[in-house]
Amino acid sequence: MGLEQFAVHLLPISLWAYAVSAMASFALTRFPRMASLAGFSGAWIGALAGCWASFTFLSRGTSPAFTLLPAATPLVRFSIQLDPLAAFFTLVVSLLGLAISIYSYGYVTQYYGVKNVGSLVGFFNLLLLATTLIFCADNAVFLLIAWELMALFAFVLVVFEHEHPEARRAGMLYFVMSHIGVGCLILGFLLLFQVNGSFRFEDLHNIGAQLSLSRRTAAFFLFFVGFGIKAGVIPLHIWLPAAHPVAPTNVSALMSGVLIKTGIYGMVRVFFDFLTPPPVSLGLLILAAGSMCALLGVLYALVEHDLKRLLAFHSIENIGIILMGLGASLMFISFHQPALAALALVAGLYHTLNHACFKGLLFLGAGAVLHATGTRNMEALGGLIRRLPWTAFFFLLGAVAISGLPPLNGFVSEWLTYQALLQGFGATQVAVRLIFPIGGALLALTGALAAACFVKAVGITFLSLPRSPHAERAHEAPRSMLFGMATLGLACVALGLFPMAFLPFLDPVTQELLQQEISPQLIAGNGWMLTSLSVERGAISTPGMAALFLALLPLPLALWLVFARRGRHRVDETWDCGLDRLTSQMEYTATAYSKPLRMIFQAIYRPRRRIQADFAVSRYFTKSIHFESHIEPTFEQLIYRPVNRAILRFSRSVRRVQTGSLSAYLFYIFVTLLILLLWERTR
Amino acid sequence: MTLFQVLLQMVLALVLAPLINGLIRKGKALLQNRRGPGLLQPYYDLLKLWRKGTVVSRHASWIFRVTPYISFLTALMVSLMIPMITTAVPLSFFGGVIAVIYLLALGRFFVALAALDTASAFGGMGSSREMTVAAIAEPAMMLSIFSVAITAGSTNLSQVVKSTLQHQEQFLNPGHILAFAAMFIVLIAETGRIPVDNPATHLELTMIHEAMLLEYSGHYLALIEWAVALKQLVLMTLLVNIFFPVGVGSGFTAASLATGLIAFLAKLLLLALAVVLVETSNAKLRLFRVPELLSVAFILALLALASPFIF
Repeated sequence: MGLEQFAVHLLPISLWAYAVSAMASFALTRFPRMASLAGFSGAWIGALAGCWASFTFLSRGTSPAFTLLPAATPLVRFSIQLDPLAAFFTLVVSLLGLAISIYSYGYVTQYYGVKNVGSLVGFFNLLLLATTLIFCADNAVFLLIAWELMALFAFVLVVFEHEHPEARRAGMLYFVMSHIGVGCLILGFLLLFQVNGSFRFEDLHNIGAQLSLSRRTAAFFLFFVGFGIKAGVIPLHIWLPAAHPVAPTNVSALMSGVLIKTGIYGMVRVFFDFLTPPPVSLGLLILAAGSMCALLGVLYALVEHDLKRLLAFHSIENIGIILMGLGASLMFISFHQPALAALALVAGLYHTLNHACFKGLLFLGAGAVLHATGTRNMEALGGLIRRLPWTAFFFLLGAVAISGLPPLNGFVSEWLTYQALLQGFGATQVAVRLIFPIGGALLALTGALAAACFVKAVGITFLSLPRSPHAERAHEAPRSMLFGMATLGLACVALGLFPMAFLPFLDPVTQELLQQEISPQLIAGNGWMLTSLSVERGAISTPGMAALFLALLPLPLALWLVFARRGRHRVDETWDCGLDRLTSQMEYTATAYSKPLRMIFQAIYRPRRRIQADFAVSRYFTKSIHFESHIEPTFEQLIYRPVNRAILRFSRSVRRVQTGSLSAYLFYIFVTLLILLLWERTR
Repeated sequence: MTLFQVLLQMVLALVLAPLINGLIRKGKALLQNRRGPGLLQPYYDLLKLWRKGTVVSRHASWIFRVTPYISFLTALMVSLMIPMITTAVPLSFFGGVIAVIYLLALGRFFVALAALDTASAFGGMGSSREMTVAAIAEPAMMLSIFSVAITAGSTNLSQVVKSTLQHQEQFLNPGHILAFAAMFIVLIAETGRIPVDNPATHLELTMIHEAMLLEYSGHYLALIEWAVALKQLVLMTLLVNIFFPVGVGSGFTAASLATGLIAFLAKLLLLALAVVLVETSNAKLRLFRVPELLSVAFILALLALASPFIF
């Protein structure tokens, strides 16, 4: 069997590897060490096969198509078909799955003998399987089944540490929100089904024009809400910052890196593939929602001191940035600017991949911190760079990438987004075009706030003095965890320095959705430069920047040799204003760090604080001070609580019907039957 | 030839950057009826710092030692990527205006991290404030640069300058002037000048940038001070050259370089004078008034973009 034929079997191998290793780890529940070894080995083999399969497909286009199980009914076909879009998202999930599976060997050791490791590993594999199936399914019913399975497996993993009430609450919230989303999706696909009576994707391409305007609008909203809940679009995000932090960290990384991207996948699939051509208002809505989502996400992240919650809010921010690219792309389609549409889509998709890499990396880093110190509270950490030097390095790498700083991958995709937005201003003459530069300005604000947030996250967690005994006694993560982080760190560097090597793999996707292949236009200077469609409109060269940095490095070093080498270089105490010794209590805290921004954006945060002091003798002798500071959970307060109350009130009033007497119920049935018969008669 | 062009610009930037500081200090002193230090004082300061020994906190990690190099090199890289006296800038293709802003942000990211590294509360204070001011200055800066970049149809700075040069009637365009005003406010904030920050103070209640550098000494401090001066030069160059590229040469001949240099120096002198006037005639703002100033800049830049619809 040649390599060519073998590639076709890679996707089934990957899916079966997940399934078999899940079963194996459930069977080995009584032997946690074995379960972890079997389960995660299967997971990374499956992920590697998935990576390989999608790469082969994106580069050569040999499409594996097969049926997973015999068809249950004519409508439900468990058939699998990779198309370029599916292959790209499969690549995202497989790449992240690979790194996280390796990381997990070390991470789950803490659960040996405490928790049921077999089920953790099993459900982790099933989650990977369900997520991959979502991307590969070629009909709507199969997609919805996989979608529902993914939600269930993720729920199980969120409540894995169910002894904490926080996890149970988050799990419930996730479960409810997720089902509201599924409800919307079912309705949406039923609307599409009505057009030509098929759930198969090949029958759904470009059917937007065949729907009446009202149905089309309804479908847009149903899909936006349905996929938006999974993606964590504000204000549908409330489950995300609750559920992501409480899950075991390897699961959080998978959820933040890939699970929320299923929402993005759904939007691209439906808005770019099915409901075309999109109206301008749809692109505008998504672009505006993306900008708000990005800004609010980073603002909420800034005031967070729980390391994993902070990262969860940054996922919302990055979903916003991805949506900005997608929204701009949809607008360009409406303006008949296919090349620009492809540029914006590439920006969004590239950010999807990049976000998976750096967010996965950051979550894995946070997991290593949690593993070493047992706390996620940044105020109790500090000084970890001495105790966890490698983790600190990888976390810093992720922080630079997520802040969109050159030369790493976050910068490249944000740059592409900027370029798409900038050129959007010239794409049309209507006043709506002002949204593009405003979106760009909001992206700039978001990026700068993200940088501030990650200076805080890295600085407070890893630098200066340890703020608690836990942080003092911390230890470096085991090798498998470091290896998992290194994989993703390497991906961040490679995708940042060599986007020109990767972007051609996105050509099939833009070809499929927009009939455009733009990587030849994006790559210039013998493959060393990335342009925005042409060199004149703007170009960057991240390898050039890195090379320039290295080329200039001898200058300060030479100056050092000439002038400073002979100087006296001492290591001494930090200036402590003449006190005896600096203690960790004198350091700046995470709360203090974000205070100026909390005050500037107080209209959004609505901060509350309560200070209670006990005095002895007079006001000048304080015995104890109690200080509390909160910010208002605006969306819960303004949207969810009123809706919740209204539903409860309605249920209470409906309860009067439920009398408990059998004859009353028989009477209801009789009345209903009569009404139905009458209705049928009059029709 | 290319190498020579790059080297020339590098020397120009490195030499000119401290001089601007000297000019501004001298100007302020004269307006305050003091004689003030000589124009060359910043060079003497740098030389002194290079020769001094260093004291590094025992709590500091490698980030503290690496940061001065990153800060200096990013500022130097950026100054090689922008057109100063000629639009023939070979390295401008390494990145346009967005890359310039983000490279400066990379330097700031590390300086702000290093400030937290020594466990000193001053460092944390400065770091927090610097990142705050930078964050709220960023959208105004981007918008005002966007308005020029959109007119030029490019983010490549050489292209922007060339395009503005060809349409000199643009100088009186209201959008152009509004964007310039917005960018000037951003310049004041980004270079830590009064009324946003005071580079001459070491009072813990008011300092922003200086608080971050409190633990630095010797050649580390020299590198950072030089980087700050370079960054100031870069921002001022952006302001004078993308808004008023008068005299910027297009080729690489001795004559065009000479006129370019003279025009560049004259424009910088004027701009430095404007900064001196602003610094002397204003008091430092409270930290929480700074957002108001920067939102003025943001609105101005927004108006600049909307001006085709208004005027």
